[in-house]
Amino acid sequence: MDQRPINDISFEKFLSEDVLMGSVCGSCGARFVPPRSLCPTCYGSEMKWVEMKGTGKLAAFTCITIAPPFMIAQGYNRKNPYCSGVVELDEGGRVDARIIGVDATRPEEIKVGMPVRVTFIHWGEEKETFLAFEPA
Amino acid sequence: MSKRRGLNRGVAVIGAGMSKFGMFKERDSKDLFAEAFREAVGSVDKGLDPKDIDALYLGNFSNDFFVHQAHWGPIVSDLIGMAPRAATRTEGACASSALAFREGVFAIASGFYDMVLVGGVEEMSKRSTEQVAEGLALATVPYEGRAGFTFPGVFGAVATAYFARYGAGREHLMDITIKSHENAPLNPKAQFPFTIRDMMNAKIENAGKKGKPLPGWEDEKAFLRDPLVNPMVAWPMHLFDCCPISDGASCMVLVAEEMAKRFTDDPVYVAGIGQGSGKGLHACEELTSFEATRYAAAEAYGMSGLTPDDIQFAEVHDCFSIAELFHIEDLGFFRPGEGYKAVAEGQTRLNGPRPINTSGGLKSKGHPVGATGVAQLYEVWTQLRGKSGKRQVPIKDLRVGAAHNLGGTGGTCTLTILERR
Repeated sequence: MDQRPINDISFEKFLSEDVLMGSVCGSCGARFVPPRSLCPTCYGSEMKWVEMKGTGKLAAFTCITIAPPFMIAQGYNRKNPYCSGVVELDEGGRVDARIIGVDATRPEEIKVGMPVRVTFIHWGEEKETFLAFEPA
Repeated sequence: MSKRRGLNRGVAVIGAGMSKFGMFKERDSKDLFAEAFREAVGSVDKGLDPKDIDALYLGNFSNDFFVHQAHWGPIVSDLIGMAPRAATRTEGACASSALAFREGVFAIASGFYDMVLVGGVEEMSKRSTEQVAEGLALATVPYEGRAGFTFPGVFGAVATAYFARYGAGREHLMDITIKSHENAPLNPKAQFPFTIRDMMNAKIENAGKKGKPLPGWEDEKAFLRDPLVNPMVAWPMHLFDCCPISDGASCMVLVAEEMAKRFTDDPVYVAGIGQGSGKGLHACEELTSFEATRYAAAEAYGMSGLTPDDIQFAEVHDCFSIAELFHIEDLGFFRPGEGYKAVAEGQTRLNGPRPINTSGGLKSKGHPVGATGVAQLYEVWTQLRGKSGKRQVPIKDLRVGAAHNLGGTGGTCTLTILERR
């Protein structure tokens, strides 16, 4: 399995390669996404990478009009909101992600519980990657 | 859950003060703290010599960012003539001064100090709205910020989870906003001392004066449903669901319990303190509750021997309307999923059985983040001593009140219970 250090830098690197990775504890089998390098369940030391299927349900969401600078740079503003959400993965665990393929100007129509699947946003000249989900 | 904990030596509050809260272009952190300090010293019934204060604990979240100056402990200790006595800054995002209070309690309980000053300060309005949002977002969990979540965004998201689980909606959040604003005109320190109806009528009057067509809002909720008045910030959070940007300061004088009567015949005692930490949206136990609040509450109730039913009134951290709903459930005042019904029934109004945020809350009193924790306790202290004027809680034999402070997106939560004996 991949020898990259289990940390957020590696997690982001995997996302840039269109892979959603978590970590699994070799001692107790607990699985974490985003990955944890330390198992808070058993404190075992054998943490390994595990690839996630990337399917799940929308557990919570918001549509944001007052955007932070890096989202304004991506073209979002008071007239052009974006959706961010929390996704409950089918394999367990939860991730924070952008939600695309929905109309952020009509939040009443976005439903908690909606099935979603993983996708990856590569933005700008640097191809900066953001974890995202879209309706499945 | 937490172990049963206690102090080796009791602690009492003998004085408290806070500045007016608001956006003050002509005032700075020192000036605001001096206002709070003067009131606190003057509030000690039998007098206080500031030279007897052993140490200062000062909450400040991020004046580093807001006014580009860090290390506020010694700045404030010099301001109030305390240097070279010890000054320690505490940081727990929007719960920074609740942590200062807690450290002050521990310092006295340990026997090391006899009298400490605890407080907080924040100066936010020198920055633009976008910059303040960026500064506050430094206290989200990294994965949240990366996914585009702002502070209102995180609270908006948990609101959608709460709505989906319990069947509540935006209308129920409006009940909270309307209730908090009913208390604010009764608080001379409040940033927005207006009811929602006051604001609605002012807009109608203004339109009339300008010869524009009169808006046809039939009540406060119609006013709050109007997107021109109350635009979306982060669904379902709208402008009137969000606390403002504020400047302000607060402080309290704590002494060892056995010394309290030297300073006042009416001391207020620390009955329980609790603090918990949280994990963010991706790892929290459930999206409709803050685990750190529940942990802090269990700790504070355990220490005090009190139950949620014993808390006659409380200040809770309503940085967003939905947050107040979570807290009144997490603190055990109402069952999970029942809080919004209790609010709709008026149970949390000033004249209800369980008044919440009699000060007007963060929403209308203002939220200079580092000052908020002790400012909440200032309200509890003032109410317990029967000195809240027009907003005095009309419960006979007012004895126990509490303040709940939350930092970040639930990362740091405290519950502090004060009592009169």
